[in-house]
Amino acid sequence: MKLQPAIETTGLSIGYPLKKGAKKVVHEGLDLQLISGAVTCLLGLNGAGKSTLLRTLCGFQPPLKGEIRLLGKPLKNYSQTTFSLTVGVVLTEKTSAGGITVYDLVSLGRHPYTGFFGQLKPHDRAVIEEALQAAGIAHKAQQYVGELSDGERQKVMIAKALAQECPIILLDEPTAFLDVTSRIETMILLRKLAKEQGKTILLSTHDMESAIQMGDYLWLLEKEKPMACGTPEDLILSGQFESYFKKEGILFDSSTGKLSARRPGIPVGIEGDFLTAYWVGNALVRNGFKPSPVRKEYIHIDCRGREHLVITYPTGSTLEVPSVEALLTLLNTTDPLCPTP
Amino acid sequence: MNKPAPVYSCLILVLWLLFIGNLMYGAVSIPVDSVFNILLGKEPERLSWQNIVLQTRIPQAVTALLSGASLAVSGLLLQTLFQNPLAGPSILGISDGANLGVAVVMLYLGGAVGYLSDLPVSGYPAIIVAAFIGSCAVLGLILYFSSKVRSNVMLLIIGIMIGYLASSVISILNFYATADRVRSFVMWGLGNFSGVSLSLLPFFSLCTLTGLFLAILLIKPLNALLLGEVYAANLGIKVKRTRALILLCTGLLTATTTAFCGPISFIGLAVPHIARLLLGSSNHKMLLPVTLLTGACVALLCNMLMVLPGTNTLLPLNAVTPIIGAPVVIYVIINRKNIQYFN
Repeated sequence: MKLQPAIETTGLSIGYPLKKGAKKVVHEGLDLQLISGAVTCLLGLNGAGKSTLLRTLCGFQPPLKGEIRLLGKPLKNYSQTTFSLTVGVVLTEKTSAGGITVYDLVSLGRHPYTGFFGQLKPHDRAVIEEALQAAGIAHKAQQYVGELSDGERQKVMIAKALAQECPIILLDEPTAFLDVTSRIETMILLRKLAKEQGKTILLSTHDMESAIQMGDYLWLLEKEKPMACGTPEDLILSGQFESYFKKEGILFDSSTGKLSARRPGIPVGIEGDFLTAYWVGNALVRNGFKPSPVRKEYIHIDCRGREHLVITYPTGSTLEVPSVEALLTLLNTTDPLCPTP
Repeated sequence: MNKPAPVYSCLILVLWLLFIGNLMYGAVSIPVDSVFNILLGKEPERLSWQNIVLQTRIPQAVTALLSGASLAVSGLLLQTLFQNPLAGPSILGISDGANLGVAVVMLYLGGAVGYLSDLPVSGYPAIIVAAFIGSCAVLGLILYFSSKVRSNVMLLIIGIMIGYLASSVISILNFYATADRVRSFVMWGLGNFSGVSLSLLPFFSLCTLTGLFLAILLIKPLNALLLGEVYAANLGIKVKRTRALILLCTGLLTATTTAFCGPISFIGLAVPHIARLLLGSSNHKMLLPVTLLTGACVALLCNMLMVLPGTNTLLPLNAVTPIIGAPVVIYVIINRKNIQYFN
């Protein structure tokens, strides 16, 4: 089934106009499709043009070349008002809204709908309530924005975008300044909005792990490369992910979906209890081993439980250790291929 | 939380009391019942008292009320537009522009207030026109730069620079002017609310009320601007037009008050903060009216404080406004973290 894309670009060039008609092209030839009702994560290193692309899609910056179609209609046919009814944005902009209440801030999202003095009608109030509920911030409605944590503030801004009742929401690094829990909470919230309310969501992020975990689609942006688009899994399996983030001394490990400092070296088999095996694998990667399927030729670890890690050497001899720490000490101090049991 | 009603009624009550106080109390002491009799249109005990109350005190109180409201509202508009708690009408160079215009008339051409004038340009009309031209010139410059410079902080710095330029030209004019002219310019620069005569009052009121009305029309975009210009644009606000309107409104209010009353410091900067403290919110729906009322109250209070009790000496207005303004600004800077209006 082919879904109608919410945003579609053809031959789009993004960048800045310089003096005397010269242009600074950040990226060109972008043919993108933002899929409706899904969460798309825009990943890219600093300077790859993530913000420029988002700003261009938001209409804050005119495209240098090419066309942008919003819900099938060219972007330039949108007036500022109709655009504000179509795309809601959440940015990293500094605000000075600390002195108004959460409710007041979210009610700003109703601006495109309200009259000259911004008076709220019962329907507006209902929409604001709903947005506060959906963003999970209703309990703070009467508090000042200045009193909230960064994560709560991000939720308020998302609630503002919801109150705007736009089918498309664009977010510029919504998880940038958040701690781990708030980051995951925000991502879960965005997923929920896409699934339950059918919102189309595009966010830029540096958080590769959450993007792989939570994104329906990924857009990988890198200088002088065509943009790679697809589900995270397809991009990883096809090796595109690796090629986009490969840098001197940094590698993308397709088996874990993480970036690591160097290529995992000696293969070590892992089996057993899923949770224990996962974290043993994590420890092995950090220490330069490569978690692999169990084979006779090399060492493998049978994870029977948190305190029962059984190491089997290629020679057939086994050794049980009570913790990951003990396991690492053993592996680091002995040559894993020539054990001294 | 948002409890605007008591704040409004208190402020209106205080405003009335201060207004009546302004009519009762002045450099010449007139018994309270005589003032009431004069106000009620009864035969006064002394004709001079009637003249003082009707020709001087009423216009002066109305001028103070409107000037205070104007300056406070311009301060609020600028603080919101520039997302900077320390912005005020004088910072952008608008009042410096008015200053310069007045300086040119007073120092170079020799026009001045009343008896101090050593001719050739006749007093007030010339000064008012000059202040308008000066502030509108700066405003034009600021508007021009605002289309060139995206960042409001940069624009603020440009405003400050323009202010310095104007001050330096004023210094040069001062240097070459005669002592009499310098004196009358310095007197004007000390500020006072008595410059609007009864015949000029309608014109003064028209200008300030137009500006204040325009400001009230801007409440909705001002609230959106709390989120910054990009967010405001996404909410359907036409940012360029709003910015131009805010600057125009500020220009009108500042030029009018500066031309008539001299460059009054601190009211524009401090009153919006007092209003935020009173209201506990920076939602302009309530904050703008409260700022307007507070500005009027503070100006009326300052006008009363100008009169040293027991004497018939008047302190300069600009000696009084910092007494109220400076502590507020210092409080705001020190307690910025606690107040959180701007983060």
